[in-house]
Amino acid sequence: MSTQASSTIDKPVEFVSGITVRLVGDSGDGMQLLGQQLTNTSALLGNDVATFPDFPAEIRAPRGTRAGVSGFQVQFASHEVHTPGDTLDALVAMNPAALVTNLADLVKGGLLIVNDDSFEEKDLKLAKLNTSPLEDPSMEKYRLIKVSMTRLTKEAVTEFGLSTKEADRCKNFFAMGLVYWLYGRNMDATLRFIHGKFSGGKSAIAAANEKALRAGWAYGETIEALGQSYNVEPAKLTPGTYRNIMGNQALAWGLLAAAQRSGKELFYASYPITPASDILHELARYKNFGVCTFQAEDEIAAVCSAIGASYGGQMGVTTSSGPGIALKAEAMGLALMLELPLLVIDVQRGGPSTGLPTKTEQADLLQVMFGRNGEAPLPVLAARSPGDCFDIVQDAWMIATQLMIPVVVLSDGYIANGAEPWRIPDVTKLTEFKVEHPQENNNPDGPFKPYLRNELLARPWAIPGTPGLMHRVGGIEKEDGSGNISYDPENHQKMVHIRAQKVANAAKLLPPQDVHGPDSGDLLVLSWGGTYGACLTAVERAQSAGKRVALAHLRYLNPFPSNLGDILARYKKILIPELNMGQLRMLIRSRYLVDAIGYNKIKGKPFTVSELYEKIIEQTK
Amino acid sequence: MNTALKVLKADDFASDQDIRWCPGCGDYSILAQMKKVLPEIGIPPEQTVFISGIGCSSRFPYYVNTYGVHSIHGRAPAVATGLKLARPDLSVWVITGDGDSLSIGGNHFIHLLRRNVDLNIILFNNRIYGLTKGQYSPTSVEGQITKSTPMGVVDHPLNPISVAIGAEATFIARSVDSNIKHLASVLKRAAEHPGTSFVEVYQNCNVFNDGAFSYAQDKATRDDATVELEHGKPMIFGKDKDKGIRLNGFTLEVVNLADGNVKEDDLLFHDEKADPALVYLLSRMRHPQFPEPIGVFRNVVHETFEDAVRGQIDQAVQQRGPGDLQKLFNSGDTWTVKA
Ligand SMILES: Cc1ncc(C[n+]2csc(CCOP(=O)(O)OP(=O)(O)O)c2C)c(N)n1
Ligand code: SF4
Ligand SMILES: [Mg+2]
Repeated sequence: MSTQASSTIDKPVEFVSGITVRLVGDSGDGMQLLGQQLTNTSALLGNDVATFPDFPAEIRAPRGTRAGVSGFQVQFASHEVHTPGDTLDALVAMNPAALVTNLADLVKGGLLIVNDDSFEEKDLKLAKLNTSPLEDPSMEKYRLIKVSMTRLTKEAVTEFGLSTKEADRCKNFFAMGLVYWLYGRNMDATLRFIHGKFSGGKSAIAAANEKALRAGWAYGETIEALGQSYNVEPAKLTPGTYRNIMGNQALAWGLLAAAQRSGKELFYASYPITPASDILHELARYKNFGVCTFQAEDEIAAVCSAIGASYGGQMGVTTSSGPGIALKAEAMGLALMLELPLLVIDVQRGGPSTGLPTKTEQADLLQVMFGRNGEAPLPVLAARSPGDCFDIVQDAWMIATQLMIPVVVLSDGYIANGAEPWRIPDVTKLTEFKVEHPQENNNPDGPFKPYLRNELLARPWAIPGTPGLMHRVGGIEKEDGSGNISYDPENHQKMVHIRAQKVANAAKLLPPQDVHGPDSGDLLVLSWGGTYGACLTAVERAQSAGKRVALAHLRYLNPFPSNLGDILARYKKILIPELNMGQLRMLIRSRYLVDAIGYNKIKGKPFTVSELYEKIIEQTK
Repeated sequence: MNTALKVLKADDFASDQDIRWCPGCGDYSILAQMKKVLPEIGIPPEQTVFISGIGCSSRFPYYVNTYGVHSIHGRAPAVATGLKLARPDLSVWVITGDGDSLSIGGNHFIHLLRRNVDLNIILFNNRIYGLTKGQYSPTSVEGQITKSTPMGVVDHPLNPISVAIGAEATFIARSVDSNIKHLASVLKRAAEHPGTSFVEVYQNCNVFNDGAFSYAQDKATRDDATVELEHGKPMIFGKDKDKGIRLNGFTLEVVNLADGNVKEDDLLFHDEKADPALVYLLSRMRHPQFPEPIGVFRNVVHETFEDAVRGQIDQAVQQRGPGDLQKLFNSGDTWTVKA
């Protein structure tokens, strides 16, 4: 039942280098599913892909309203892409609210496909519109295709005897079929998905969805309004076997890989919070890897139980988002005093307080840097893309176990839910990192010294059950070496310095900073976290326009890479784009005394390439 | 087999740290009984871990030569839960105060009990915040004058045993710091119980709340002010064993055995496996209307949390085989880019 793009019998196919599509509808319309399928299928066809799911915080916001609009944007291309695209070549809108809230991003002459059946009086009213936007003269700017999706779907699936509601639900597959035809997307993977998801007693629903999908495709083939279809050649990616991966999934898999590399069992504790919960869902499925997942009663219990597990010799990991990280702060300080390995992962979202739970932001950097009482520095690492989540947590795990220290990893809603092709690593090539638990007393003259250090200043990870090494740890300041409670002023100063130096020592375990572009020049764009794709694309565009611009994208924020100061000195200007009010900029300015320029946006949305590009051009005039 | 197993003594559990409690504090007595009981339990010091929160009582782990974590205020149950999930082989004790467990840590406390993690939690109830020098606590009584309540406490206290039965703890007991034989036996029974063993200990803070439990401590009054719970035995108390507890409808009442109108068989026979509703009734017996029960309120066996959690892991391995990273990474849709 293979469906070839070439089955478009009569209509010509135009090959283009890349396409950006956004699918928008009600949160109950299945737009996220549609988007994921289109992404997966495009990746399977060999395109490079980048995605941007954007959905409301409410599970089912009132139907048909602007607040309930859910969208999924994907760019697929025959070249490397690092962003989901600034503007849309095509917009598929399932209702008026979805149309009016998204139309601004559609390019002039772009394709606008709407479900004509949902532009009735009552639909317009729900979207707070007096007249139908389809009648607006501005529509002339676009290639408007009106499709009676609800009616056509209903007709297509009558034979399956579904309820009106069930039949109506199939319309997203009709829309999908039409989009698949339009871009020559093979339907096989989606058909496999449909039959996998609706199996057993739901086989009528599976059959109806398949029928709707095929009806959408056939509709594209036959209607006159669509005179041609498009297609995109495979991208020339590094050879290897690929799969599509989302950030949270990559993060979970990175933890599994790190557990294997270190020979440690993963103890994972969390309290549900958007956009981090999917890590919990993902890891809960892998108990056969020996993973223990614990849904705690709150974030404090989650981090504390992870500390308890680390004390016992497993690797404690906890994940949350900004509000939960705030709750964990005191316990993170405890873990720092206990000098135990621990990972605290913050999938950032819009703040402050509850803020914008489903939107992205980078405004927790200073919180994780400084949001603890006392002098309490911790290593901080940040993932730059969905696939990078896999690598960054392994780096963090390595640092935590080698230095006996809690490590913070920053991700964000954009990369957590975003997807990209991921070259599957050869597991046999993953190197080991050695973790040891002492068996012998390190003190010939008396009891075991839990705070006697190695050359990296790490203390021994002695675990309960080991005869002769009984010791007590706690949050009260302790004497170096013996670990006994100490209120001695000199000792406190010494311990504060040791704890700071341990963080600094992380730089010895990490590679130096690399630069994309000329070694020196007019402008260095310095970025971190999920803005990588947009910054890289904008910098490359400026380089093509002849600008002497380079990009340094930081994955290690504390400590900074040892060569960062030298790099900063080689450019006339430093531009730091961030989805916050200038948090990295504050750190860079105070550390290196450079007059870095900020470019800051706080709209709950990622940067567009063009706004960054314009800023770069403005700064290099 | 190691045939030369060392016979452990109380001293084997003494650490080299100076004890910093106020002279006369009830904590000393609890520590002494713990050190006496630990060798009897027979678990070696390296297999034993004490985890505490913050408070005078929470300094406890420093004074026993086992593994230990002095954690943060209220969170010891959470630390201990993680440790037990990671290391079910260890014998874990949680040491906490009335503020630590019922105020800041109230949430973790109830969740620990309902999950039935196999550990022992000893609540040092002195009805005051000791370490912060004498503010009222969630177990302070109405009207109690403290530093933060110069005109008397106005909030209604929590009853730790009632809270524990509300969370359906599988082992619930109470003892008194000065009643050392009783305390030792209760600690030992707590250690024997699989699942969460909760023990409330009436502890005198002679500096900030002296005499709060004198009725239950003083030799002169304690026989009339407390009733010892013994499984399968009628609830009889009093210096002359002349008073008893009878269930009348859905309320408890004190009856006089001396005048011959009430026979022993009419009394309530204590049953550690009784319905939680009955345990709740016992927890409501308050001085001076009632003698306060000491001993084991409840002792039932349910599956422990770590057994259930570990059981699912074992089951997953059995059903799906041990995890294979390469297989996982290659699962689902993949494609190959050729060189
Ligand atoms: C987060 C936090 N808040 C407040 C304190 C201060 N504090 C320390 S112990 C304590 C109360 C202890 O009372 P309790 O648990 O009854 O123990 P006790 O000293 O009576 O044994 C308080 C409020 C703290 N250490 N940490
Ligand atoms: S303040 Fe009270 S509880 Fe604390 S050590 Fe002194 S007597 Fe004991
Ligand atoms: Mg107290």
